Amino acid sequence: MSGYAVLKGTAYTLAAAQDMVLYNGTTQTTERIVNPGSEYLTALPKHLRSFEEIVSYIPNQVYIGNASPDVLEGLALPWHDKRLPNSDELGTKGKFGEIISQDMFIGLMAISDAFDLVKLERSFAEQVREKLAKHELIGEEKSAPIAKNQESIEIITELVEKEHAEAIYFNGALVGAVKRAHDVDINLSAHVMLENLATKASSVFSLLCLLRSTGIDPGDVDYVIDCCEEACGDMNQRGGGNFAKAAAEIAGLHNATGSDVRGFCAAPAHAILSAASLVKAGTFKNVVVTAGGCTAKLGMNGRDHVKKGLPILEDVISGFSVLISENDGVSPVIRNDITGRHTVGTGSSPQAVISSLVTNALESKGLKITDIDKYSPEMQNPDITKPAGAGDVPESNYKMIAALAVKKGEIERTEIADFVKKHGMQGWAPTQGHIPSGVPYLGFAKDDIMAGKINKAMIIGKGSLFLGRMTNLFDGVSFVLEANSGETEGAKASDFDEKKVKGLIANAMKQLADSIMKE
Amino acid sequence: MDLENQKRVKEFAEQYGKDDVVVLIGAAEGEAAGLAAETVTLGDPTYAGPLAGVSLGLSVYHICEPGIKAEIDETVYDEQISMMEMVLDVDDIIAEMTAVRDQL
Repeated sequence: MSGYAVLKGTAYTLAAAQDMVLYNGTTQTTERIVNPGSEYLTALPKHLRSFEEIVSYIPNQVYIGNASPDVLEGLALPWHDKRLPNSDELGTKGKFGEIISQDMFIGLMAISDAFDLVKLERSFAEQVREKLAKHELIGEEKSAPIAKNQESIEIITELVEKEHAEAIYFNGALVGAVKRAHDVDINLSAHVMLENLATKASSVFSLLCLLRSTGIDPGDVDYVIDCCEEACGDMNQRGGGNFAKAAAEIAGLHNATGSDVRGFCAAPAHAILSAASLVKAGTFKNVVVTAGGCTAKLGMNGRDHVKKGLPILEDVISGFSVLISENDGVSPVIRNDITGRHTVGTGSSPQAVISSLVTNALESKGLKITDIDKYSPEMQNPDITKPAGAGDVPESNYKMIAALAVKKGEIERTEIADFVKKHGMQGWAPTQGHIPSGVPYLGFAKDDIMAGKINKAMIIGKGSLFLGRMTNLFDGVSFVLEANSGETEGAKASDFDEKKVKGLIANAMKQLADSIMKE
Repeated sequence: MDLENQKRVKEFAEQYGKDDVVVLIGAAEGEAAGLAAETVTLGDPTYAGPLAGVSLGLSVYHICEPGIKAEIDETVYDEQISMMEMVLDVDDIIAEMTAVRDQL
């Protein structure tokens, strides 16, 4: 019998943010303070990509589900100058989500603003409102509040120059500003408010894409868990929180409440385990895990990219949402009894970390490292990290898991490269901390499991807690996603269960359809 | 190298003197190891941190270099480092580290 929660669906979104690279990415804002006239800042604008280039970038197409991670296998770096053979046919929409332009994203920030802090210049506001009104997920009603923006550019300029507002640019021109939410409180400063509204808006967009991709009625979502890396609150409760409920409100999840789970890049894995446990315990039926991206990490490795003549590749604000529901007898189950934990006593060497997350989890159920078909650790795009000297992050993880398999006597040392190829993937996710952390594969994992291509996948989240200066410890949790046996709680395998039979037939039909399509 | 770490290394060097401080690097790539080694010897090559233009000239090694490995208890090394040693391009790391030390 299985009362495991299941992975019902996923959404992955990207918002172009080229001007935000210049004005909100911390590499650039720091450089402007330390070295204002630097060669880097002067050269930077010439390295920004157009929206079309962002859309046709292969890793971005994989992120939204328009291409399988397989297209990256054997594709020589660099990737920024390559296109998929059917690139012209692939648009901004994929089976998991969508890529939106920066002006539309600014409009989404205005829609997500509940305190009248976002001020847009009137003609820009009207153009953006029109675009969003035509978008199937936003529409006339949701975009209507943008029309209240009637500010002249003089007023916007004054807000930025005299009232400590944070400027919003589009194509190099000032088009709006985010006002501070308090005169003194730095936690409500314009800088923090812009950062938080960008996170909230990208989470909202992912939630809307999740409603579309899963077809769930917004009123059926009971609980939302946000797992981004930002904090919202005032000077008396700096991380008071609830990005989750704030985003759920704008996305129209009127029956949901929620809360925030934090853990740096490991937070999504922690959040999914929490969500799966809430569902398995029967507390809630449908729980959504969601996260927006961050402005701070835009152009994080820009200095190296510019130095090497590459475009700025960290030019998108990402988001994702995952729906976790009661066992339907069909969707992959989340095995929250096969979980790895980096504990306080684990230690910080990579060997101790990987052992705690991979082998400790598997050995508790008598499983071997090779029993997991695909591992999804930190799925950072190597096209971004390699030129910055940070190496190929997923590959390093796969090599470590393979080396552990060698130490356990499961494979020979000479088989490490084969293990990496068989059980690993190339990374495709933007380097926005929590965004690449294990979860980018969930959408493909669900499809691959339901198509019978794989049986088990392990999702690994890792986080660098020392960045917060509260502890020197590392962190991480992992869990296994597995094909649904078709058995749901309360029903014995021998009992006739109409829902289960329908589920099995549906699954078999889908596999048959998939195999016909492949032929 | 992280700006905060640069600051801490600089403070340790000032507090204990450069002859009594050894920097042990655990970077996973030769280039990254070399950059970190350069930062604590010749100065921050990115000119972004507290060690920009500051040549501390500290002794610096990577954990996978043979001289360091020989100093560590074999069982501890097997438990903590051997897996990574299997994964890393140790020859490349040694070459990068040696190149930086040769410049001193």
